[in-house]
Amino acid sequence: MNHVLPIALIFAMSCVSIAALLCCLRLLIGPSAQDRVLALDTLWICSMLMCLLLGIRYGSMIYFEVALLIALLGFVSTIAMAKFLMRGEIIE
Amino acid sequence: MIHWDHLPLWASLPTAALLVLGGGFTLTGCLGLLRLPHFYQRIHGPAITITLGTGCILIASMLLFSTLETRPVLHELLITLFLLMTTPMVSMLIMRAAVHRDLRQQHRLAAEKESPIAVYRDIQHQSRGDRKTS
Amino acid sequence: MKRLLPSPLLSLALLLTWLLLNQSLAAAHLLLGSVLAIIAPLLARPLQPHGHARLHRPLLLVRLLGKASLEILHSCINVSRTILLARPTGLNSQFIRIPLEMQSPHGLAVLAGIINLTPGTVWVELLPDSHELVLHVFDLHDAQWWIDTIKQEYEQPLMQIFEGSPA
Repeated sequence: MNHVLPIALIFAMSCVSIAALLCCLRLLIGPSAQDRVLALDTLWICSMLMCLLLGIRYGSMIYFEVALLIALLGFVSTIAMAKFLMRGEIIE
Repeated sequence: MIHWDHLPLWASLPTAALLVLGGGFTLTGCLGLLRLPHFYQRIHGPAITITLGTGCILIASMLLFSTLETRPVLHELLITLFLLMTTPMVSMLIMRAAVHRDLRQQHRLAAEKESPIAVYRDIQHQSRGDRKTS
Repeated sequence: MKRLLPSPLLSLALLLTWLLLNQSLAAAHLLLGSVLAIIAPLLARPLQPHGHARLHRPLLLVRLLGKASLEILHSCINVSRTILLARPTGLNSQFIRIPLEMQSPHGLAVLAGIINLTPGTVWVELLPDSHELVLHVFDLHDAQWWIDTIKQEYEQPLMQIFEGSPA
């Protein structure tokens, strides 16, 4: 009876993996620097989601702390990079 | 997957549905990031990933752990709140950085009439003109 | 009391965050959380140039956020449909201008949050010369509709909440 959940979980995990792959593609081909920053930010989100799904898969709440840390670090690093894009090139 | 065996049906079905929905929306957002032709359109793709994709998976996780532990497990709300507060700032900063960079390049290169940034430059000029006349 | 707790709501939110992070209601956590909830706003006070926000009508804020989340859900589905089904060359992505009257920085921050969380719209800039908001819209059909929606649905309630202007 409980076979629905594992299938749904595998589906969600493969979706998130493919999404992360798409982000990597955009990160590689992205014509401009702001494209790459946007792709990197989305990649942070995807990896955070992957951590949450792994937590569900193994039934462990440790993964929650990892996900929270990834979210925090992703925010700070994206803000730093966006700020650099906006102001960094002035100092040439 | 031993921890799933005594999960009641009323909890496992909504969790499964939310997981499928969350995965689908995440994929859609990233597909938009890859597929759309212009940066100013691409920035709208990840918003779906962040609001609905993350939201669905976080609710699924809350539901599952609350049933497994037989007490309300609410700490996923923290991630939700944090993301809801930080994502607007991130997208606004990236957008402004893109506009600044494009404007700077626009000054260097010959002006294209139809590009989005030309439209934006006109908006800025109009705004300054409005103030002078008023 | 006023000096010790400049913003009770903020302190309560901090205490709740602390309890959620530790996942317990033990007395020790309650005590430590309360100390943090009192000290952190006092220490962060000089960092905020505009002071703590004052909510004139908190219930209206709750209703506004509820309406905004419905709107976010709605436009999420719209944008996903566009990404999955429509040909991307036919999209009409535009910058539009919206004249704003709200001056309160807290209200503007909440407005920016709502607009950026809604897929399909991104806040670009508040033009300093004319106090107009520049918005980038993913698929524009009717610019006047956007102006009316944002001014009536969001700006008016936010002005009532943060500036205390009459309804």
